[in-house]
Amino acid sequence: MSSETDKPAGHDESRRTFLKQSSLLTAFTIVPGPVLQAATYELDEKVAAAFEKVSLKLEVNGVKHKLSVEPRTTLLDLLRENLNLTGTKKGCDYGQCGACTVHVDGQRVNSCLSFAVMHEGKKITTIEGLAEGGKLHPMQEAFVKHDGFQCGYCTPGQIMSAVACVREGHAGSETEIREFMSGNICRCGAYSNIVAAIQEVKNGGQKV
Amino acid sequence: MNQFQYVRPSKPQAAIEAVTKDANATFIAGGTNLVDLMKRGIATPQKLVDINRLPLNKIEKENNGLRIGALALNSAVADDKLVRQKQPLLALALNAGASAQLRNMATVGGNMLQRTRCSYFYDLAMPCNKREPGTGCGALEGINRMHAIFGFSDKCIAVHPSDMSVALVALDATVLVSGPKGERRIPFADFHRLPGDTPEKDTNLEKGELITAVDIPDGPFTKHVHYQKVRERASYAFALLSVAAALDIENNTIKAARLAMGGVAHKPWRLTAAEQVLVGKPATEATFRQAAEVAMQGAKAFKHNAYKLKLGPNTIVQALRTAAAAA
Ligand SMILES: Cc1cc2nc3c(=O)[nH]c(=O)nc-3n(C[C@H](O)[C@H](O)[C@H](O)COP(=O)(O)OP(=O)(O)OC[C@H]3O[C@@H](n4cnc5c(N)ncnc54)[C@H](O)[C@@H]3O)c2cc1C
Ligand code: SF4
Ligand code: FES
Ligand code: FES
Repeated sequence: MSSETDKPAGHDESRRTFLKQSSLLTAFTIVPGPVLQAATYELDEKVAAAFEKVSLKLEVNGVKHKLSVEPRTTLLDLLRENLNLTGTKKGCDYGQCGACTVHVDGQRVNSCLSFAVMHEGKKITTIEGLAEGGKLHPMQEAFVKHDGFQCGYCTPGQIMSAVACVREGHAGSETEIREFMSGNICRCGAYSNIVAAIQEVKNGGQKV
Repeated sequence: MNQFQYVRPSKPQAAIEAVTKDANATFIAGGTNLVDLMKRGIATPQKLVDINRLPLNKIEKENNGLRIGALALNSAVADDKLVRQKQPLLALALNAGASAQLRNMATVGGNMLQRTRCSYFYDLAMPCNKREPGTGCGALEGINRMHAIFGFSDKCIAVHPSDMSVALVALDATVLVSGPKGERRIPFADFHRLPGDTPEKDTNLEKGELITAVDIPDGPFTKHVHYQKVRERASYAFALLSVAAALDIENNTIKAARLAMGGVAHKPWRLTAAEQVLVGKPATEATFRQAAEVAMQGAKAFKHNAYKLKLGPNTIVQALRTAAAAA
């Protein structure tokens, strides 16, 4: 996937270049560090202060990762810039649009408002991890069938949120779906088709 | 964003010590407010003490009430059976705030401590006494559409943005706090402050004090409750104004009442005088109007928020009407 196609409209190349150059993240460098271990159990100030980066274990879409990250790296930046999982989008970066929605231990969250280090040991699912064995997830199929998108920029976030909405039991009526999907903004206004897709999945009885 | 150290203690005492010892250290819970403020350079902590692994997320019966751990997620509280059965007003207020994703991250303690959404507070190029004491208040003579009509000072006219807190003040909650000097209980109405001369202080929490839980006493408000939130779109927006209403009605007579407003002051605004008007009266439109009138006494608007003087009483009446009709 080229980075060009994944740029949010209006952002220029310099942002991405800057992120890469400033190396907010060091990909796949394994620091076999006692850093967090010590911090977790007895809050060893010296250890915590001595390192700039901290080690981080995460499972993303079923794959286990051992990483070393600066604490200020958001989960969103970790996924996109470090793990090259660019399906998760950066819309606003301030919790206001839902484009960055992923599941952490099955719960939908905004990955832009969360530091990656806070998710030590957690299981992350992104849009790339939703399909199983080359077969689209029922929600992905329903979005295609109902034209639940136009430009597609909000779509990964919408789909991750929609799956969670059904699993949570918050897809009981159109009103409830609209309320519990309000954290996902679509500037193309595909809302009614998105609601239709969710209703079909909810009523279809497939395993979601 | 500035660099910072990150520690993740597993015991409350270690977390309290870490923040107490270090002038530039702060707790982080869900991060939904703090990370936002850090990205904008409004908060610049040198050390983050992650409290998410502390055992403070239980929701349980305690004496004659509910005890909700400070780390309980906003979504977990809103969906909790006990909460919905004993304090449905709290669930309504929580679900009116933010989005499903944010509520899956936001904690009870963090929600209470979220900072104002005053746009001048957010704009580093503008003066703001809350962000930078002594620089002045940009909103006073600026676009103050979202601002306070009660309890403001000439130093700050911001409002507290939390929906959950409006319900908690109405329900007579108590905040449980643990700090370097031990434990204490703060009545919810005394937790947040009015701005006065020190608008940089939102609450009466001291440095290093950790919120551990919120206690809500059992009450009769299990049925006739409503949280009415007025905002610029149907969902996922901060309140222009909101009203939490709880009634205990028998034979159409109001036996007990609780009323509080959000979006009108530097703290969630309990309306005790209006509650007294309601008690003993029939649950009718005339009674609700009378209470609304009393509630608005002393309100004063600025250039751009005079609409709140009308919106306030109308929203109170609507909230009471809906609460009374709730089956
Ligand atoms: C786009 C958007 C829309 C929103 N809309 C609404 C809305 O409509 N209504 C509403 O009410 N809210 C809304 N919010 C705010 C949201 O509810 C808060 O950001 C959230 O509740 C904060 O909780 P947190 O756990 O994430 O706090 P954090 O961001 O982790 O912390 C906030 C502050 O509290 C301190 N803190 C946290 N826990 C403790 C503790 N236990 N003891 C001591 N200090 C502690 C931290 O040090 C920090 O200073 C919105 C937020 C966003 C981003
Ligand atoms: S109202 Fe308060 S928060 Fe807003 S600019 Fe004035 S001092 Fe700052
Ligand atoms: S990018 Fe996270 S909510 Fe917009
Ligand atoms: S499809 Fe374009 S933003 Fe939703």
